[in-house]
Amino acid sequence: MQIVAGIEIHIQLQTKTKAFSASPIGFGGSPNERASAIDIGMPGTLPVVNKEMLSQAIMLGTWLNSKINALNTFARKHYFYPDLPKGYQITQDENPILTGGYLEYEVKGETKRCELHHAHLEEDAGKSVHGYKHGISGVDLNRAGQPLLEIVTEPCLNNIDEIIAFLKRMHSIVTYLGICDGNMQEGSFRCDVNVSIRKDEHAPLGTRVELKNMNSFKFIQKALEFEISRQTDLLEDGKKIVQETRQYNEKTGKTESMRDKETAQDYRYFKDPDIPAVWIDDAFIAEAVARLPESPTDRLEQYVSLGVPKTEATIIAYNKPMGDYLAYLIQQDLDPKLASNWLLGPVSEHANKEGLLFNALPISAKELAELLTALRDDIVSSKMAKEVFGFMWTEQKSAATIIEEKGLKQLTNEDEIAGIIMDIIQNNPSQVDAYRNGKDKLFGFFVGQAMKATKGQANPALLNKILKDKLNA
Amino acid sequence: MNKPLHNHTVQELSDLVQSKKVTPTELVNTFHERIEHYDQDINAFVHTNKEISLQQAKLAEEALASGNSSPLTGIPIGHKDIFCTHDMPTTCGSKVLKDFVATYDATVITKSREHGLITLGKLNMDEFAMGSTNQTSAWGAVQNPWNPEHCPGGSSGGSAAAVAARLAPCATGTDTGGSIRQPAAFTGITGIKPSYGRISRYGMIAFASSLDQAGPMTQTAYDAAMLLNAMCGQDPHDMTTSNVPCPDFTASISQPITGLKIGIPEEYFGSGLDAECEEKIQSAISALQKLGAEIVPIHLENLKYAIPTYYLLAPIECASNLARFDGVHYGYREDQTNNIQDMYELSRENSFGDEVKRRILVGTFASSGSYSDEYYKKALQAKNIIRNDYKKAFLDVDVILTPTTTSTAFNMTNNIMTPQQMYLSDIYTVSVNLAGLPGISFPVGFSQNGLPIGAQLIGKRFCEDTILRITHAYQQVTDWHTQYPDSFK
Repeated sequence: MQIVAGIEIHIQLQTKTKAFSASPIGFGGSPNERASAIDIGMPGTLPVVNKEMLSQAIMLGTWLNSKINALNTFARKHYFYPDLPKGYQITQDENPILTGGYLEYEVKGETKRCELHHAHLEEDAGKSVHGYKHGISGVDLNRAGQPLLEIVTEPCLNNIDEIIAFLKRMHSIVTYLGICDGNMQEGSFRCDVNVSIRKDEHAPLGTRVELKNMNSFKFIQKALEFEISRQTDLLEDGKKIVQETRQYNEKTGKTESMRDKETAQDYRYFKDPDIPAVWIDDAFIAEAVARLPESPTDRLEQYVSLGVPKTEATIIAYNKPMGDYLAYLIQQDLDPKLASNWLLGPVSEHANKEGLLFNALPISAKELAELLTALRDDIVSSKMAKEVFGFMWTEQKSAATIIEEKGLKQLTNEDEIAGIIMDIIQNNPSQVDAYRNGKDKLFGFFVGQAMKATKGQANPALLNKILKDKLNA
Repeated sequence: MNKPLHNHTVQELSDLVQSKKVTPTELVNTFHERIEHYDQDINAFVHTNKEISLQQAKLAEEALASGNSSPLTGIPIGHKDIFCTHDMPTTCGSKVLKDFVATYDATVITKSREHGLITLGKLNMDEFAMGSTNQTSAWGAVQNPWNPEHCPGGSSGGSAAAVAARLAPCATGTDTGGSIRQPAAFTGITGIKPSYGRISRYGMIAFASSLDQAGPMTQTAYDAAMLLNAMCGQDPHDMTTSNVPCPDFTASISQPITGLKIGIPEEYFGSGLDAECEEKIQSAISALQKLGAEIVPIHLENLKYAIPTYYLLAPIECASNLARFDGVHYGYREDQTNNIQDMYELSRENSFGDEVKRRILVGTFASSGSYSDEYYKKALQAKNIIRNDYKKAFLDVDVILTPTTTSTAFNMTNNIMTPQQMYLSDIYTVSVNLAGLPGISFPVGFSQNGLPIGAQLIGKRFCEDTILRITHAYQQVTDWHTQYPDSFK
């Protein structure tokens, strides 16, 4: 059996205002606080194209080697739904902003390429809120009119690993470029997977099913696993697959039918007469291209050459804000390997726990650099640094302040350490004898005693060295 | 001056206001009194608010006192009820929008206030501007001031009747296929539809977005020019407004018309045109010739495609534009329903009038599935053919003169027209919208039974100044535009 999948990804662009109105974009808030007369579809209102949305699409298109189309037209896609205030969605139909292009990604060390069909701009719909009052449904149009770029691939993905790897790479690219915050829970990065199966690559394409409503890579994986086995079972039983849209149910782990082709709508697309053709000229493209950051592959090469293992280097290179942290840390003469371990270790752990992206951390690169410098200069031990970091995160104070306030300074004075060790040796004569008579394991006992006496603040390497010297004296 | 105040043109009132012979408050009182007294006969206004008018009069007086005024400061105006206003209801002639108050002002409203014009109220119209008689208004038909048995035309029938009856010195209208020009012709006033893109459509409830255009309805071409100066211009809220600079439309209006070439399309005369109308229009042509214009016979061969093209494109756009009236966010809602589908269906079923429903159905049909290629795409091709016809004609002439309507105002008591007959009566006006050109209708005489007759001048794109100039020249040597019905004197 061969899987054939094509993907539609909706990314919410990071513009300041909506696609066709001056309302701010955002997430949450009280219902309809970001819904203007235009977003509500008040009679008489007209759309005005947000140029920033075009610019961000061009950034992605340039990155993905797509053709950037000079002629952009917008169409109306008609359907009735309470969260669609005008009774139509403004979208690009005949003349989308991007056509073609490709994205390379790695699966199990092998580089693969996914061809893109096109990408078009459109406005998001609002949300129906069911049961917000006793038995009453409400409509929240805060999201209505927020700009989306829908990226449509060719049906060129052939297994779940490829699909997930492709999506993760696309996710990292759009967040890397800063054109999408990538928050899947909030719907900033949504994908629909069209999947079918066939006997082998020579067989005609099977009937495709569209999977919707998957808001994490984990759910996409599970939904695909379920769906592929469902389709395989059907075909093995000699049954037919119905062309339909199915949604993933997180609770049951199954896909469920939403609507089949019989009830497919006629959207009556036609050119929106309120929006004249928008022509994109070379100067506008050049401005967008100038906004592109350096390539992650360049960053990756740099990190690897500085001794960061490839796996870690890849993660950081494709996460633009994380890469920006690393760039700063390296600039401060910190060891790249240490720095990357910290970014992927304590920093990521804290960020993940609070669901924060690297562009919204409470600790800046500069503050992190101060801490890692203290670590490098042996002011704090590695263990203490993690503790200090925890306090910095919660208390919003600098490393120096935390070290001072919490007394987390490492003890590095050799004489002082030697004095403490001498006391321990004098107070534990029997253990000293036993150790000197070959009971090596007792070394740990002395380390423990010394650490206890210094409240854990003694520099471990120094402590070990002095302790060995004194015991063997 | 023995002429009553209410029978002054905007130009004359402006002089009186600027020279402090009349105050804006006096004008407000005069016209509101007339509305109170006469409007019950013609039903031109659907909403008036004297308090708001008086407040605006005060502002106008302050502007005059501080020297911050425009030539239009203090002049009362009636606005077609299609323009959204934040302080008065905007119903668009429909039950769907009964009591609806917009949260914002249309650009036309904002501009008219900025220029010191005073809103008298909102004017009746065919429902969603769909109609040629003003019979489709949910708030009752408007009567033609010249004869109550006749309609004032549509869809800007309230605007036309109010100006013709001198209940307002001027009014705004909108024109998608003739809705300014046809009622102007039927009521003996002057009405101009500027080139598409001249006046912002922001806040003007859309019927057919690619054809809709606002314009002034006045007694004279000069008044129209004054109002255009206030209304025109590119608007950041409307991407379809043009960046072609707007001249001062009054600046060149008094220039002689000697040597201007007026094209007379053969196809627009003859069969289908009422003989009395033809006669009056021929006299107007002679008058223009005497004023020095050169009359050139021309051909516009593809006129025959105008009506079917228009009655595909306009309904297709209207079906889309009116989708928003679903009862969810504002407007009429049937809430005693079991589910959302029923709510949609019953809300729309019980609030739209027949003509609007007819056009939504036609438009939905013609843009569905494969019919889209058969009808919509073909209509777009036909639209281009019509545009090219005009382009070709304008290589030889400066303007084109045609009848505005096939007849005088329809008699509504003994004449039941089918929708098709009604559509066919738009033959002279719709092609101008399809081509995006400016067109003006002006009075050229009366029929034997005392109903006004209008002629239409069509100009090159963005050449409103030329058609205004010719109309103005004609109005300097004729007095048809000064007439108003005895029953309103």
